[in-house]
Amino acid sequence: MASLLYDVVIIGGGPAGMAAALSARKQGATVLILERDVRLGGILNQCIHQGFGLHYFGEEMTGPEYADRFRKLVDASDIDVMLESMVLSLTDEKELTVLSPKLGLCHIKAKSIVLAMGCRERTAGAIALPGTRPAGIYTAGMAQKICNIDGYLVGKEVVILGSGDIGLIMARRMTTEGAKVKLVLELMPFSSGLKRNIVQCLDDYDIPIKFSHTITKIVGSPRMTGLYYAPVGEDRKPILEKEEYISADTLLLSVGLIPENDLLNGTSVELSRITSGAVVDENRMTNVEGIFSCGNVLHVHDLVDNVSHEAEIAGESAAKYALGKAEKQGEVVSVVAKDGVRYALPQRIHKGEGKVQVFFRTGDVYKNCKLIVESGNEVLLSKKCQVLAPGEMGSVIVDKAKIVGDIVVRLEK
Amino acid sequence: MGKIFDVIIVGGGIVGTATLDRLARYDLDVLLVEKSDDVAAFSTRANSGIVHAGYDCEPGTLKAKFNVLGNALLWKDAEDLDVEHLKCGSIVVAKEDGKEGIARLAEKAKANGVEVEVWDRQKTLEFEPNIADDITMSLYAKSAGIVSPYQLAIAYADRAILNGASILLESEVKAINKKGEAFEVITSKGNYSAKVVINCAGENGAGLNDMAGAEHYDTEYRRGDYFILDNVERKNVHTVIFPLPTKAGKGILVAPTADGNVIYGPTSIATQKDDTASSLASLDEIRRNVPLSYKTPAFNKCIRIYSGLRTIIGHDFVIGESKLVPNFIMAIGICSPGLTSAPAIAEHLRDLVTSKLNCQRKANTVEQLPKTKRLMSLDEKELNALVAEDEAWGRIVCRCEKVTEAEVVRAIHSPLPATTVDAVKRRTRAGMGRCQGGFCGPRVMEIISRELGIPLEKVRKGNGEDSNIAVCKVKEVK
Repeated sequence: MASLLYDVVIIGGGPAGMAAALSARKQGATVLILERDVRLGGILNQCIHQGFGLHYFGEEMTGPEYADRFRKLVDASDIDVMLESMVLSLTDEKELTVLSPKLGLCHIKAKSIVLAMGCRERTAGAIALPGTRPAGIYTAGMAQKICNIDGYLVGKEVVILGSGDIGLIMARRMTTEGAKVKLVLELMPFSSGLKRNIVQCLDDYDIPIKFSHTITKIVGSPRMTGLYYAPVGEDRKPILEKEEYISADTLLLSVGLIPENDLLNGTSVELSRITSGAVVDENRMTNVEGIFSCGNVLHVHDLVDNVSHEAEIAGESAAKYALGKAEKQGEVVSVVAKDGVRYALPQRIHKGEGKVQVFFRTGDVYKNCKLIVESGNEVLLSKKCQVLAPGEMGSVIVDKAKIVGDIVVRLEK
Repeated sequence: MGKIFDVIIVGGGIVGTATLDRLARYDLDVLLVEKSDDVAAFSTRANSGIVHAGYDCEPGTLKAKFNVLGNALLWKDAEDLDVEHLKCGSIVVAKEDGKEGIARLAEKAKANGVEVEVWDRQKTLEFEPNIADDITMSLYAKSAGIVSPYQLAIAYADRAILNGASILLESEVKAINKKGEAFEVITSKGNYSAKVVINCAGENGAGLNDMAGAEHYDTEYRRGDYFILDNVERKNVHTVIFPLPTKAGKGILVAPTADGNVIYGPTSIATQKDDTASSLASLDEIRRNVPLSYKTPAFNKCIRIYSGLRTIIGHDFVIGESKLVPNFIMAIGICSPGLTSAPAIAEHLRDLVTSKLNCQRKANTVEQLPKTKRLMSLDEKELNALVAEDEAWGRIVCRCEKVTEAEVVRAIHSPLPATTVDAVKRRTRAGMGRCQGGFCGPRVMEIISRELGIPLEKVRKGNGEDSNIAVCKVKEVK
């Protein structure tokens, strides 16, 4: 097959990819979406619960409904879409090798690239879960896929490790389908998911959650029959004298999401050690000119609405870059997270006109603290916060005109 | 009594499958019975995958003999069977106080006829830059390397089947009775008769001996836990790095795997049969020990823990015909270096059997398995030709390891068919990557369901009826 040329190629057809494609097309760029699944929508297709769209559309809807809004717009546009298409390689020169059942191996060249590949779940192996390795241990997202797409349950007596949002959602989902969710264990003293999910998915169904607890041993083979768990000390190591047993045929893991950036191995895109996503400027451009990143492949979001907004920035900027319409940028400063703030994004901002929304997450739960944003020696913002938690992404608006030096986002007691 | 097989092999581990492969070249009716859903289901799938040179076996033992013979045979078999392997050599590293230990190994190597070299720190560093700072010397063995142990056993099974042998899976031996000249082997799936029975039953080896009324052996079991690391770590490990061996075994090593990952392990924990549950303490022991020989451990790149069992009978392998039960042949207590020794043990057993039974070598046997086409090893033209013929070659199922639907389908219809998710994984690597089947697991289940014509809730992870992944339809929980 002959080589294809596009202004903007979007890798991934989930919420980030679709929003980026639409905003790139709006700028007049030719756009191609590469999606590995048989349909657009990404992980939203299996998120059949409510809770999407309140911020973006001003109404609450399910994941598939949210995806469908974007899919219809993509269908109605002249954006090209290649389904069942997997990108095998990507270079700094923005050349892609793609494999698909219809076209075989093909080479595509883009003037700019938007990375929108989403994230994957941390696994039992990644956390070195001790004990046997039987049937019955799955990531929450895999269980969700089998439940909501294929129509099967993966077990009847369930323990969940980790309090990520998918785990909490699956606690409710398995319960309403008749499974018994016996316990949720969380290593940290706080939830990594949204507060609303703790309330709506656990509290409302009387599902207990034990914070500062972890699993010490999986039991059973070939199917899991139960597990041992224990509280952890300050060092997060289990206190084995306090080990307890619980029977269960299923363990779901919701122990973290990792931006899926493996494709960048062939490029020189700089990755953040904290977010595992690219380091970007306010246009969501990486250090490699013309390669942009957005959505969960950039940093893990808790609300898809934020993904859509972020992707629109990336898509618009990618189109402008490709079409040579990018505005001249001012001097660049770094955005530094410290004193309790785990990361802030974008990590680079150009001086100039307009405003930039800076997103951040804290590393712990902080109550009654002050969020401070400084540039040089100037305090740009100082805001009292009742609660800041790692599970809820925060944001502040920075006026670019006021930037005098590197920006620091920090907390003060 | 119906058909009488010439030989029944009990156990489809590396020794059982290699022996089946060697016997299948003769005009013999040979059957292998295996209790699990696949061959290579126990220790063969959970060991270090090291092809040992043979320098550390006690001279004069069966271990020494079969290790050295097996090393040469294994490299050839891996080539003929298109099994992933790499003759990357091995080093035993030591600090200043390990001088004597290294010298003793070098002496044993000489006695066993194994070529080794003693290297200083500089020479060692040139070969493996990541050794720990206080390592001052090493013993290098160039004939050592790595192989995929389960792929090798599967390939032996496939070649044996192509050459006319039979394999019955999910058939656990319940009793062995002598009926006249023949043995009657009672399994969970039916009864079979044979003139000769070969015990390759791994951890159940001593139990099978008791069943047949052969010599009784006391067995000791030692569990080894391992970390498997993401394939991004592969570039940092160039060879097999052993510490000095101790009584408990060859110690905690750092090694590349033939599949392109890196392993840290194993421990050596005294335990009982069937225990392959890793423990926190044992995993911590690995965390503490790896840095002693390897400078840059990357435990944060762990993608999987696994554990295997060493079945130990005294100090050596037990190989040969029972003195109590004629025509009952044993290959038991095959712990390390069992993988490397397997092809040599198989040839030894073959000679024993062919000298007993009146048989001829078959004229036309399959010697080489066709090169396995894998997406990542195909060039563009080949790949596009395949996709043009079958779209499944263009459909990636496992994104981490880049495995196509065509490869999964081929595994399901291979000579020894893969019928479970784990069996597909061992043949194709689908699910062995960093997402550990989180994405491809459901896809592989669908393909197995479709290809075998079974409902999704009958698709199993591995052995055992209750290892199904989808347990019931939603709305139908009972």
